[in-house]
Amino acid sequence: MKTLLKNFLAAPLLALTIAGPAMANTEEVRLDAAPINLRDQPSLQRGAKTFVNNCLNCHNAQFMRYSHLTQIGLTEDQVKKNLMFTTDKIADSMVSALDPKDAKEWFGKVPPDLTLVARVRGADWLYSYLRSYYRDDASPTGWNNLVFKNVGMPHILHELQGTQVLTKVGEKKGHGEHMEPVMKLTMDKPGTMTPVEYDAYVTDLVNYLTYMGEPARPQRTQLGVIALFFLVLAFFATLWLKNEYWKDVR
Amino acid sequence: MASIPQTPAKPQLGGLAGKALGWVDDRFPLSKLYNEHLGEYYAPKNFNFWYYFGSLALLILVMQIVTGIFLTMNYKPDAKFAFASVEYIMRDVSWGWLIRYMHSTGASMFFLVVYLHMMRGLMYGSYRKPRELLWIFGCMIYLALMAEAFFGYLLPWGQMSYWGAQVIINLFGAIPLVGEDLAIWIRGDYNIGDATLNRFFAFHVIAIPMVLLGLVAAHLVALHEVGSNNPDGIDIKKNKDPVNGTPLDGIPFHPYYTVKDLVGVVVFLGAFTSIVFFAPEMGGYFLEGPNFVPADPLVTPAHIAPVWYFTPFYAMLRAVPSMLGSQFPGVAVMGGATLILFTLPWLDRGKVRSVRYRGPIYKGFLTAFVVSFLILGYLGVVPTTVWGQLPKGVPMLGGVDTATLVSRMLTIVYFSFFILMPWYTKIDKEKPEPTRVNY
Repeated sequence: MKTLLKNFLAAPLLALTIAGPAMANTEEVRLDAAPINLRDQPSLQRGAKTFVNNCLNCHNAQFMRYSHLTQIGLTEDQVKKNLMFTTDKIADSMVSALDPKDAKEWFGKVPPDLTLVARVRGADWLYSYLRSYYRDDASPTGWNNLVFKNVGMPHILHELQGTQVLTKVGEKKGHGEHMEPVMKLTMDKPGTMTPVEYDAYVTDLVNYLTYMGEPARPQRTQLGVIALFFLVLAFFATLWLKNEYWKDVR
Repeated sequence: MASIPQTPAKPQLGGLAGKALGWVDDRFPLSKLYNEHLGEYYAPKNFNFWYYFGSLALLILVMQIVTGIFLTMNYKPDAKFAFASVEYIMRDVSWGWLIRYMHSTGASMFFLVVYLHMMRGLMYGSYRKPRELLWIFGCMIYLALMAEAFFGYLLPWGQMSYWGAQVIINLFGAIPLVGEDLAIWIRGDYNIGDATLNRFFAFHVIAIPMVLLGLVAAHLVALHEVGSNNPDGIDIKKNKDPVNGTPLDGIPFHPYYTVKDLVGVVVFLGAFTSIVFFAPEMGGYFLEGPNFVPADPLVTPAHIAPVWYFTPFYAMLRAVPSMLGSQFPGVAVMGGATLILFTLPWLDRGKVRSVRYRGPIYKGFLTAFVVSFLILGYLGVVPTTVWGQLPKGVPMLGGVDTATLVSRMLTIVYFSFFILMPWYTKIDKEKPEPTRVNY
């Protein structure tokens, strides 16, 4: 009876751990909160630079025009000089020079478009993902990722972050009788950046990706405040009007 | 017939304006329509919170049509361009993002408001004689609205658009004998594709909106013919002013309810604006994350769930076990759950209309109905494994998903509210109705 009750109570918890991956299609890993700030224009600019220098070599952002980068405090000249390598037309969209056919041949699949990746995955997922690569000799690329298991993309930023490995740091009791290893990422070979520097670097990139997912967002929230302020005034005005008329009713 | 004194003559418009109005009135019943529907339409004075949602639904209908027109100017109903054209609206069209968010938020808010409006009808017995046709028009509006939302949801051509439509169309495929052909006929292809998108666009922007507008007009004409019900559920036409023949508990819709509804509109817009500007995705319930990935027939999303306003019915569909390898029983139950609403006026045998004077049995059934609808709505969003399985040791049910079992029980609760209604409304201990409204 006691075990039955225990099972009964454990069932919802168990279900959560099963349902989690089913919904997110990834191993259940606790995501770190991305400390992004869409109003921080220098951060967005640094992120745009990182994006163009690294991601855009293979990935596209086909719905994003270079001209929109003027929204994050850059002039057209700055965009043209520093961020545009595949085109000289400012209204063009951010498309990689990589031919999709070649990509398919080299990587097995065309790298996904990144314009909306922040809206699909969320900033926290991206922030955690870009910091969770580790060395895995069993994988074809030599890399694996805690957040995105068996990911096809190698860790292109490893020179900056360094090489992490997954090591066993202890044991905990599993669901059954057996003990499960507790695994943790540890730095095997440091990169050119300290962990703090690398986190900031990724934060800028994720900040930019979030902005790119919805360039209207800063304007949207700003207008929202004005709209709500107007509605508060309208509320008192209409309430007064209603009360004036309803004095007659009775 | 006793002569009822006429309403005292309203101050007439003088001068040129008066002449112009007279000219129009001789040719078109402008003043007559105005008086019948606004100026001399007497509504009970005791409307409460629940009575805002009718006018709000009308507001959202207009908003959806206007934003829809502007979206149509830039949207491309073509499988190759649809997804990109939505992003084009979100990025390159002036105020496109605002129009799109208003439209997507409007869709969800439309259902929220309509559900609250229907709840009002249930609570105060607004479907009872002589308002049966009014209720039926309302049910038809609800069905048309579901069709409109379903067709519209395919248009952004994202992964959820595609696979959600796949799931729903496959339901028709479950109908015995004609199902497969019916599904092909709906899709216009063997798979959801360009042909499907094009016809869904036609239905979404022309066919269903026309039906909706016609039904809404009929709903309003029927309402103004029989008059509004009220929270006390009593007939205000029974007590008329002996002098001018207007209901003693009634007040002209304009100006009293136009100014009152205006307050409701502002409060509603406060909520609406907060969503549009600060949380247009509404945590993935109004705009789903996977729908920001273009439709891909080769990649099935890990978890497919319809948008929240369909999920109570979706939960019922999943709860019903398949028979002889066919999903049809589930489809029939889901269809039945919406169609059974039509029969409500003839199921209720209570003497009173309003829940205020109903007995405890009715109140219990109504509460159970609402709670089951809400829980079913939740269960339709999440995977069936959400609450785990019953322990293997339980006889008959061991290993069954707990959520599925709960869904089954709640489906029965949902239907028993209707099926048992003739019985429990008859035996219930009701309180006497007042002769005049409480105000």
